[in-house]
Amino acid sequence: MSDPILCFKNFGFQYNAQSSPTLYDINLTIHKGEKVLITGPSGCGKSTLAHCINGLVPFSYKGKMEGSLTLGGKETKDLSIFDISHRVGTVLQDSDGQFIGLTVAEDIAFSLENDCVSGPELYERVNAAAGKVGISEELMRHAPGELSGGQKQRVSLAGVMVDDVDIFLFDEPLANLDPATGKQAIELIDEIQRQTGAAVVIIEHRVEDVLHRHVDRVVLMQQGRIVSDSTPDELLSGPLLSECGVREPLYITALKYAGVQITPAMHPAHIDTLSLSQADKEKVRSWFHSTPAAAAKPQRPVLLQAENVSFSYANGHHALKDITASVLKGELIAIVGTNGAGKSTFSKVVCGFETHQSGSIRFAGEDLAQYSIKEHADRIGYVMQNPNQMISKVLIFDEVALGLRTRGVPEEKITETVNNTLKICGLWPFRKWPVSALSYGQKKRVTIASILALEPEMIILDEPTAGQDYRHYSEIMEFLLDLNRRGITIVMITHDMHLMLEYAERAVVFSGGRVIADAPCADILTNAEIVSRASLKETSLYTLALLSGLESGREFVQRFIDYEREVYNR
Amino acid sequence: MINIFNYIDRPSPIHRLTGATKLICVLLWSFAAMLTYDTRFLAVMPVLSVLLFGVSKIKLKDVSFMLGFTAAFMVLNNVMVFVFSPQHGMDIYGTQHILFGSGRYALTSEQLFYHLNLLLKYLSMIPIVLLFICTTNPSEFAASLNRIGVKYSIAYSVALALRYIPDIQREYHDISQAQQARGIEMSKKESLSKRLKSASAILIPLILSSMDRIETISNAMELRGFGKNKKRTWYMGRRFSRADILCMVFCALLLGISLLLNYLNGSRFFNPFI
Repeated sequence: MSDPILCFKNFGFQYNAQSSPTLYDINLTIHKGEKVLITGPSGCGKSTLAHCINGLVPFSYKGKMEGSLTLGGKETKDLSIFDISHRVGTVLQDSDGQFIGLTVAEDIAFSLENDCVSGPELYERVNAAAGKVGISEELMRHAPGELSGGQKQRVSLAGVMVDDVDIFLFDEPLANLDPATGKQAIELIDEIQRQTGAAVVIIEHRVEDVLHRHVDRVVLMQQGRIVSDSTPDELLSGPLLSECGVREPLYITALKYAGVQITPAMHPAHIDTLSLSQADKEKVRSWFHSTPAAAAKPQRPVLLQAENVSFSYANGHHALKDITASVLKGELIAIVGTNGAGKSTFSKVVCGFETHQSGSIRFAGEDLAQYSIKEHADRIGYVMQNPNQMISKVLIFDEVALGLRTRGVPEEKITETVNNTLKICGLWPFRKWPVSALSYGQKKRVTIASILALEPEMIILDEPTAGQDYRHYSEIMEFLLDLNRRGITIVMITHDMHLMLEYAERAVVFSGGRVIADAPCADILTNAEIVSRASLKETSLYTLALLSGLESGREFVQRFIDYEREVYNR
Repeated sequence: MINIFNYIDRPSPIHRLTGATKLICVLLWSFAAMLTYDTRFLAVMPVLSVLLFGVSKIKLKDVSFMLGFTAAFMVLNNVMVFVFSPQHGMDIYGTQHILFGSGRYALTSEQLFYHLNLLLKYLSMIPIVLLFICTTNPSEFAASLNRIGVKYSIAYSVALALRYIPDIQREYHDISQAQQARGIEMSKKESLSKRLKSASAILIPLILSSMDRIETISNAMELRGFGKNKKRTWYMGRRFSRADILCMVFCALLLGISLLLNYLNGSRFFNPFI
């Protein structure tokens, strides 16, 4: 490996506002042309580490640094954030929030403008960067907000490529992308690295998706320390990932269930490089045959029935075309599809926020059209994606009580209901706390609690686990599962494949304003045509099944899901 | 949803002018209209601005909301002037021709003439300001503010604010729907005090989520070198063409005429009553 670009030596960092350090004793060297994945659960310090690399620490977020951090041989604290930005190009997590320019071209030009580049040189360099990431001439005049998720990634990449940087830093590049677009983003990063020869650092907790393309090293962090720095093959052969609360690739989990001993020699980093011996394949097959199929669920009555529902927005956009779908009482289902496929619009129509122009929606046999938004909410609760968009009270108790108070429920009854709800949601110990003292996941619970207090029969959640690491994700989902067992019907809008695979009994797939599939998740994720139309990704479990010589990949996936649920329920 | 500050991209000679030219022209034009009450001059200005509207290819329905809003304001302004100083016209023009009525609120030709002037002033300025808003790309606007001497950090924040208005409108809409579901009533059925209280249930989350947005964008800007130098260049900035110079000269002439008329009339008012 050639010369080191970035070098942490006995490095530590503590934010001024915090009582204990966020990073301890970091020793990490990144070389020219290397590709490194930094992973770990939320709160492990990986985002802070990213801030140290791009200079937001210590220049925007103040705190105390220990040890040394050099960039190209110079201590970063002696540089300015601007010097650092010439060498480290950062692509932030929130692809919408980071756009500054009004049009694609201006956004790419932004850092050049700040460098006072002008005239033909400005236009040439912008066009060259756009060319490298494959942005067409025509797109240059569009607003970044009009682009698809994949195009947005390209634009933000071009924006940092106009400077000849030594390191590309990606802060959770997959967080807001659907599975197919995420896959393309990883391919794009790989391609750009080959073109430029720069080092690439990816901060991400979705390990399987990043490993879609070759990665030189994986650095695993926990509680502010680096616990492992090795090749992906080595890391995946050991138990460290799951011990730290990071999700392993699904095929690895399946192999472990089957009792296969994983070694670096098997090249487990990627499902396509994985080599299994005959004995290992036999183990997978015998695990499959020995795992019983889950018992069929008893027949349940229909709770929500949408028939031939069509809806157009005032601007003429025909968002829902002849939708027929149903939700059974006590079900937990997923609505999936790309952005703009109609899944959010459908939930808005169901909640009465928008009124469909034709067709009917019946809930427990009643036509919903007669009800106001408020009356819809007594039956169907809606939880927005970002809890900050719902919370308006200072104290948790008041926030949960809000809906009841506006309904004029007597105060004693409110106290009783809210206290019960808080207990169910595990928020009872915090009832006197201000909402602002809670973590993101706890805030999410508060918003769910505030909807549950109205005692709806069904709740719709928009991306309930977006931006959560494996542990918090599991916590939220176990909580929802628990609610579901108490008889509440749950509908989740998501593009997280793990979520649908592990928790949903069934998925309704939207595409272009229509329902293109409505089937058990295992069927959907093993159907190549639907996977591609809904911008999903075929699950690696399917590939593993074929690799092990099993005929029915679909059944293998189903068996895996059933087995996982068994494990959780135990 | 209503777009208040809406750049409408259509190919026209007005769109082709640089943002700085348009800003300077609007300022000159507004001063010209504000400084004089010469009715002859004020009668020509609305005609000119309607002609300019034609050239710009901006249609009436594109600006109908803002037009309606300012028209309402104009009527309100006129009514208030009449209610509070019904004899203002006589004070200005020095004569009194009563049309009907008597006492303080007698309707006089002088007062009517004064109101006509007010009306013409509105008609001279509103179309041109709307035209500026509709034909100037916010980033060009920032570039032009910077060009006339405003610090670029301020110019840029103005442009960013303009750009985020549609996003914030959308977010407001989403939050208000979710809060209505929890029983926050915003319709006219509720009393004003209750509606104000309800508004806080929407505004607090809106402000909090906007704060998150601001943190993200300011980090993104800093990471890409914003604020590094005293100056910066503008991708959308353009050099003045001949048309730009001509337009600025024309508007400067208008201001000159307005000042000259004030001088010739001996006051800001043109008096047909003597």
